[in-house]
Order: sequence, then C-alpha cells, then structure tokens
Amino acid sequence: MFFNIHFTVLLIVLPLMAAPICVILRKPKPAWLVAIIANFFVVLFSISLLNHILDGNVVRYELGGWAAPTGIEYYIDAINAILLCVVSVISLLTLIYSKQSIRKEIAEPRHYLFYAGWLLCLTGLLGILITGDAFNVFVFLEISSLSMYMLIALGRERRQALMAAFRYLILGSIGASFILLGIGFLYAATGTLNMSDISERLALIDESRSVIVGFSFITLGLLIKTAMFPLFSWLPNAYQFAPSAVSAFLAGTATKVSLYVLLRFFYQIFGADYSFGNLLLGYVLLPLAIIGFFVMSVVAVFQTDIRRMLAYSSIAQVGYIVTAISMATHQGLTAGIIHIINHAFIKTALFISIGCIIYRYGTARIDDLGGIIKSMPWTCAAFIIAGLSLIGVPLTAGFVSKWHLITAAINSGWWIVVIMILMSSLMAIIYIGRVIEVFCFKDVSSTTQSDSHISVKEAPLSMLLPLWMLIIISVYTGINGDSVVDLAKLAATQLLENLPSVNNSLSIRGRL
Amino acid sequence: MSVVDPIITLLPPLLVIPFIIFFGERRKNLREASILIAASLLFIANIFLYQQFLAGQILQSETLILFNGLKLFLKAEPIGIIFGLLASFLWIVTTIYSIGYMRGHHEKNQTRFYTCFAIAIACVMAAAYSGNLLTLFIAYEAITISTFPLVTHAGNAKAKRAGRIYIGVLMGGSIFLLLPAIIVTWWMTGTTDFTAGGVFNEVTISPLLVTILLCLMVFGTGKAALMPFHVWLPNAMVAPTPVSALLHAVAVVKTGVFLIIKIVVYIFGLDLITKTNASEILIFFAAGTILLSSFIAMKKDNLKARLAYSTISQLAYITLAALIANARAIEGAVLHIVSHAFGKITLFFCAGAIMVAAHKTLISELAGLGKKMPYTFAAFFIAAISIIGLPPLIGVLSKLVIVEGIIESEYYWLIGVLTLSSLLNIAYLLPIPFSAFFKEHDSLNKNEAIKEAPITCLIAISITTLTCIILFFQTDPIMNLLALIKFL
Repeated sequence: MFFNIHFTVLLIVLPLMAAPICVILRKPKPAWLVAIIANFFVVLFSISLLNHILDGNVVRYELGGWAAPTGIEYYIDAINAILLCVVSVISLLTLIYSKQSIRKEIAEPRHYLFYAGWLLCLTGLLGILITGDAFNVFVFLEISSLSMYMLIALGRERRQALMAAFRYLILGSIGASFILLGIGFLYAATGTLNMSDISERLALIDESRSVIVGFSFITLGLLIKTAMFPLFSWLPNAYQFAPSAVSAFLAGTATKVSLYVLLRFFYQIFGADYSFGNLLLGYVLLPLAIIGFFVMSVVAVFQTDIRRMLAYSSIAQVGYIVTAISMATHQGLTAGIIHIINHAFIKTALFISIGCIIYRYGTARIDDLGGIIKSMPWTCAAFIIAGLSLIGVPLTAGFVSKWHLITAAINSGWWIVVIMILMSSLMAIIYIGRVIEVFCFKDVSSTTQSDSHISVKEAPLSMLLPLWMLIIISVYTGINGDSVVDLAKLAATQLLENLPSVNNSLSIRGRL
Repeated sequence: MSVVDPIITLLPPLLVIPFIIFFGERRKNLREASILIAASLLFIANIFLYQQFLAGQILQSETLILFNGLKLFLKAEPIGIIFGLLASFLWIVTTIYSIGYMRGHHEKNQTRFYTCFAIAIACVMAAAYSGNLLTLFIAYEAITISTFPLVTHAGNAKAKRAGRIYIGVLMGGSIFLLLPAIIVTWWMTGTTDFTAGGVFNEVTISPLLVTILLCLMVFGTGKAALMPFHVWLPNAMVAPTPVSALLHAVAVVKTGVFLIIKIVVYIFGLDLITKTNASEILIFFAAGTILLSSFIAMKKDNLKARLAYSTISQLAYITLAALIANARAIEGAVLHIVSHAFGKITLFFCAGAIMVAAHKTLISELAGLGKKMPYTFAAFFIAAISIIGLPPLIGVLSKLVIVEGIIESEYYWLIGVLTLSSLLNIAYLLPIPFSAFFKEHDSLNKNEAIKEAPITCLIAISITTLTCIILFFQTDPIMNLLALIKFL
C-alpha cells in the first residue's frame, strides 16, 4: 500500500486545518463535506500507517526538524497505529451518521460549529495517540477535551446537556491538571519530556519520591479520564445528554484513547516491572476494576433510559479492560487490547442505533419503545446483534474478547475474577435482554405515544449505512477473530518491551 | 474416499425460510407445503448421510477457524446421525400436526411461528452433527435464542414470564457453568474436538478437577433439565402444543442430553470417568430427579404440566445412563432418546388434540371424553405404555438396555429407582386414558358437540404411535449404528 512518511504529520494537520475552514464556510452542507473529506483522508493515512507497522516497524517523525529529545516527535508502533485506525474509522462513520441526526438535535446556525468542534476533537484524540512526547499528550488531551465539552453542550435537552458538559469540564480539567502535574514531576526527575528518553532515564533512578508522586498524579488523572470505577460520575450524564452522534463518537473513542495513555505510561514509560512490580499498581487497579464492572453492570440493569444504561455498561467495560491490563502478562494485555478495539466498535454501533430510534421516536426511554421492531426492523436488528456482541455471544466480536479475558484470568490463576466476569456477563444478558424484549414483544398500543407510532418509518439510509458498517466490522472480527487477535498480540509484545531509544537506528524516520 | 459434507442438513430448513415469509398468511397452503417439502428433503438428507456413514465414508465439513486455533466444523458420528434422523423425521410429523393444530386453534403470527421453528431445526441439525464442543455450544445457544419467540408466542404476561425464565435458566446456566468448563478444557488440552476416548489422555488431570468439570458441564446443560435446573421446562409449556411436542419433548431437551452423552463419550472418555468416579455425585442427582419429578407429576392436574414433569423424569434416565459411563449404558441412553421421543411426542400431540377439539387442559375434565375422541385416547394409551416400558413397544427396550448397563457397573440400587419410577409412571399416566374411557362424569356437558381432533392431527398421532410399535420389532438400523460408536 502506498505510504509516505509525511502521512504521520498529515494525520494531525489535516483535521486541524479543516476545522477553521468549517468555521469560515458557515453553511452546514459544505462544512459537513469538508469534515468528511478530511476524515476520509485521515482514515486512508491511518490504514496505510497501520499496514506499514505490521511487520514490527516503528515510525518516528521529528516535527520542525528538531531532533528528538529537544524537539517534539511522533512515535508510532502497533498499539497506537491500531487505535489511530479505530478512532478515525469510528469518527468517519459517526460523521456520516451525524448529518441527518443533528438536524433534529441542533439548531441549523450551529451546525458548522458542530463540525468544527468535531474535527478539533478528532485532532486531539489522534494527537494523543500519535505523539511521542509526554507534554504533547497533555496538549492534545486539552484540545480534545475542550472541544468535547462544547460538543456535549450542544445536546437536545439544553439544560441537562449544559450541566453534563459543565460536570465533565470540572472533572475533566481536574484529571488533565493531575496529568500535567504528574508530567511536571517526571520532568523534574528526568529533565526530559520525550517518552523514550523519560523511560531510559527513569531506569537509572533508584528511589525517587518525585517519580512516585508523578506516578500517582498521572494514575489518578488517567483514572478520571478513563472513567474507572469510583471516578466515573461525569460519564453517564455526558453520554445521555450529548447529541446522539457525539455520544456514539465519545463512547467509542474517548475512554479508549485514555486507556491507551494508561498503557503507554504504565507499561513503557514507567515499565511494567516498576508499575506492577514495585508500586503494586495491580493491587490498586484490580479491585476497583472488578467492583467497577460488577457494580456498574448491576446499575445498568435498573436504568430507564437506554443511553444511560449503555453509559453504565461502558464503565463496566472499562472495568473489564483494566482488569485485563492489571494482570501485567502478555495474555492479559492482549485481552485488554482486543477488548479496547472490539468494544469501541460495539458501543458506537449501539449508540448509533439508539440515535436512530431517537431520531424517529424522540425518546430513548425503554417503556416508550414497545414493539418498535415492526416499524424499524433494521435498526432493531443492528441493536440486537451489537447487544449480543456486548454480552459475548459466540461468533460476535464480544466473544473473542471474553474468551481471551477469561483464559488470561485462568492463566494468572485468578479464579474469582473468572467467576465475577461470568456473573457480570449474566447482568449484561439481563440489561440487553430487557431492551430486546421490549423492542420485540411489548405491544405497541401499550406505549404512551401510540399516535406517533403509526407514521414512524425506518431510519434514513445515511444513518443505517454507517450503523451496519459497524455491525459488519464487529461480526467479521468475531468470525475471523485472528484478524484482531494477531494485531493485539503484536501490540502486547511491543508494550512489554522497553521503548526503543531515540537514536535507535531500526526505526523509520521522517522530519518536517 | 469422497467426503460428504454434513452441512447439507442445514440447507433445507434454512432455505425454506424465504418461502415461508414470502407466502406468509395469504397463501397458507403453499407455505405449509413448502415446509413439508423441506422437512422431507431434510429427512432424505439425513438418510443419505446415514447410508454414506455405513458405507464407511468420512463425513466432515470445512473448518472455520475463529482465533487462536479455535475452530468450528461439522462431523457426523453415530449418535449424531441417530439424533439427526430422529429430529428430521419428527419435523415432518410435527408439521403435519401443526397444520391442523394452528388452524384449529386460530393462532396468530403463524408465519413467525413457522420461521422460528425452521431456524430451530437448523440449529438442532448443527448440534447433531457438530464436530467439536464449541460448535455444539454455539448451536445449543442458537437453539435457545431461536425458540424463545416460540415460547412467548402467546404474547401475554404469563408467556413473557415463562420466556424470561426460559432464557434466564438456559442461557444463564450455559454461560455461567458450561462455557467456563469448555474454556478450561480448551486451556488444558488445546482442543475441543470430539475424540474417541476423550481429549484428556495427553494431560495429567486430578480426579477432583474431572468431577468439577463434569458437574459444571452437566448442570450447565440446562436443556437436560436435571434438577434443580428444570424450572424452565414446565414454564415453557405455555408455548403452542407443536412447540411443546417437537421442541420441548424432543429437539431442545434432547440436545441437552445429547450434549451430555457427547461430552461423556468424546470429551472425558468412559475410562476417565469410571477411573476417577467423577460422576458419582451426579448419579445421585439424576436418580433424585427421576423420582422427585415423578412425584410432582402425579400432583399436576394440567395435562401439559404433568407431561412436562414426566419429561424431566425421563431425561434424567438418559443423563443417568450417560453418567454410568459404560458402553452398554451409553447405548441405552441413545436408545432412550429415540424411544422417549416417539412416546412423549405422541402424548403431547394427544394433549394438543384434546385442547383443540374439546378445549380442555385439565386432567380432571377429561373423564368420559374417550367416547368422543376414541383414536386420540387410544394413541395416548399406547404411548403411555411405551413410556412406562411394557412390551411390545420401544420403551421397554431402552429401559432394558439401561438396566443392563447399570448391572455392568454394579450400581444395583439404581434398579430399584428405575422400578419405582416405572410404577410411578403407571400411576400418573394410565389414569388419564382410563378415566376418559370408563368414567362417566357429571360436569361433562353431554350435549356439547365435541368431535375428534382435526384429521392432520390424527395422521400425525397415528404415525408416531405406529412407530412406537414398529421400532420394537425393527431395532436393527439403530443397533447397527450404535455398534459403530467408537469408545476408544
């Protein structure tokens, strides 16, 4: 596949430049078109990059022509190449979907702002993934978060959406500042901001309080950003009240990107031995993760709004991923990465299908949606398939995740974890099954809005198409599981090794 | 040697679905004709596989590799062929029956009913011919999902509640107990293929772990309805009678016991189980289920509920025979799958016929009905005798073989259990036809115009009843296959 080293920087520059163009154009349609085109090229670049990384290569790109420890560099290996693809593909599909959906959710004069914000958010997320510089992570984190607050605030239920955005802003800022503080301490200890350089110099420091403090700050900040169990309170409101396209995008990407940062910092910058061996991070993360996925699955069962139910389910899924990550074994790490990828697609599909339902019915309350499979068969079918995948039914992507998660736990000898995972899967059966039952078997007439039900049609094609693309992806990765598993294994192998030194001659280099 | 693909058995039930939906409610006759054709084709396909197998062919499909070497494939072996033949033959009969039943009962959503039914049959075929435990597990789950709309067919609160219990017990059990056991098996041995003599030969495994795995698998197989995982079955009786008849007396529940037989023979291997005494606890559970459910059955006044508990008891026979784990008992278990299938489906057909013709569901209302519906109750009588295990009906043979197996493994007290259970069978089954024929009851409105059941129902009933008799004299086809099971 065609590859040019400058694709790396174009990945960031293209959406960043497209955002102001959207603002200049000011009309919804051209703005949408610009966003789509920019995003389309981003997808192409990231796929080409991934293709290039598959044989174990590492790409380094020096910005501004400054050599690495001094200047900022982009660093790409398997894990972030994979996630670049996932994020850009999800962004493209939700963007296609958003064109119709925001018509009913956002006033037309604000549409161009929506697309501009979206592109900035995408820039931020891609930037976090691609950069090899610790401080740069913070910068992109802020770009993505600020634009995300704005996108959430555009939600249909204005008052709640503003509150949700404000809440996210407070907690998100706290999280980001913690990360900044942590990076500051690391800089104090090592005198560098380049990831490879930090990790090299940290290895030389025996005992340093400032490293431990930096580590703690970063851990706490990342736990807020990933919505780990006790620090999740920003998430349900944000997912519920944001415009449906934003919910879908957010659910698929935001927490996943933070999880990537977590992986990079714990496994490579600090090193698995230091994080999990010396500082016993596993003992902190694991109980929280297990309580998280179990309690949140139970909470999800009792939700009346499907979006909120899915939000709690998302927190539970983060719990699964962190459980897998805190095993600190190759298998565990593989399982975690597989679930990051699979869950991104599954959750986005679920949120899009709910968005389609909201588009037609104006509500996501479970009780009001009886028997809608008759009027929206395609949407409901997609929801059911994605829901089964979330549960982990065989031949879906979720099964691949669960299988690896459970075998990894067995291999580590954590039998209680196995039991907890299975119990929580049963909860998933209940909360997804409840919705499916209402969709398929509850009488239409028993719902409150029976008048509006008669005229309801299937969602428009431009919304169904991205939805079914996601479903096809998640079913394909379920049947041909090796496609994801092999990638995840490669990424896990690389994550367990040290970051290659800045001057490593093996990497592919480029400079602007 | 050419390779014949068992996947041909999936095609007829799947390909008929577009026809069912296309013809829909408007052209009922064409819809049902297409199902009959598909059912006949399926039966022919199964016979073809049977003949090919006897001719020594290897019947295996392409493998689909999922990940890490986990794979799905179909492969025919004797137990599966018997199960496939049984289910496909009874699909024909049930279709004939349901034409009369569904129309006579004016059921709604018949197209959905037939569609789900066809999907369920396809899944049963996949289960019957599955080549490894993972394939069987997936087919097992697919059966649960595809029969769920059939259980909730009536759409009322009771049906929905039953549906929830159905999904909850079957899927919950299989995901929480069966799946981990499969994962552990795969983790230890690196395979889930059904292998003659079991897959644990290469690895050292402690007797305790064997016991735990076996318990997980047997209890996790909720479809086998071993107590305390039986609650779904009586609840599922809210389904239309053809569903109760084919699925909840034959296809679904038999998939459960079929799975147990398969894991005993091909995953653990008979040797490992007898060597480690892994099945001892479970044998107590099975014996307890046999007796307890018979007692409960006596208390039930609702005809279908009584039959459901009778099914639970009979399924426990099969589980018991499988767990005894010697060659003779396994043969008995497989034979009992067949004999119980024909007996119980006849009983359910009769219950449905009574419901359609006389609108009676309670046993206490049946007194004196025998004169109005002589054929139905005669068939009921014959089938009941087969279930009880009296000659000249197939039921006696399977019970006999199971007892031989018991004697071989020297569990003599189990003979007492089986004898007592047979007596209980007499006590709860035979009073029904007797009171229908010989009792006059006041509450029965004599002026009420009750006629025999619809003709298609009677045809179906007579086919299954006759088979009960014929199989007693013609057991060779089954026995020939049973002799081919590779235990080592």
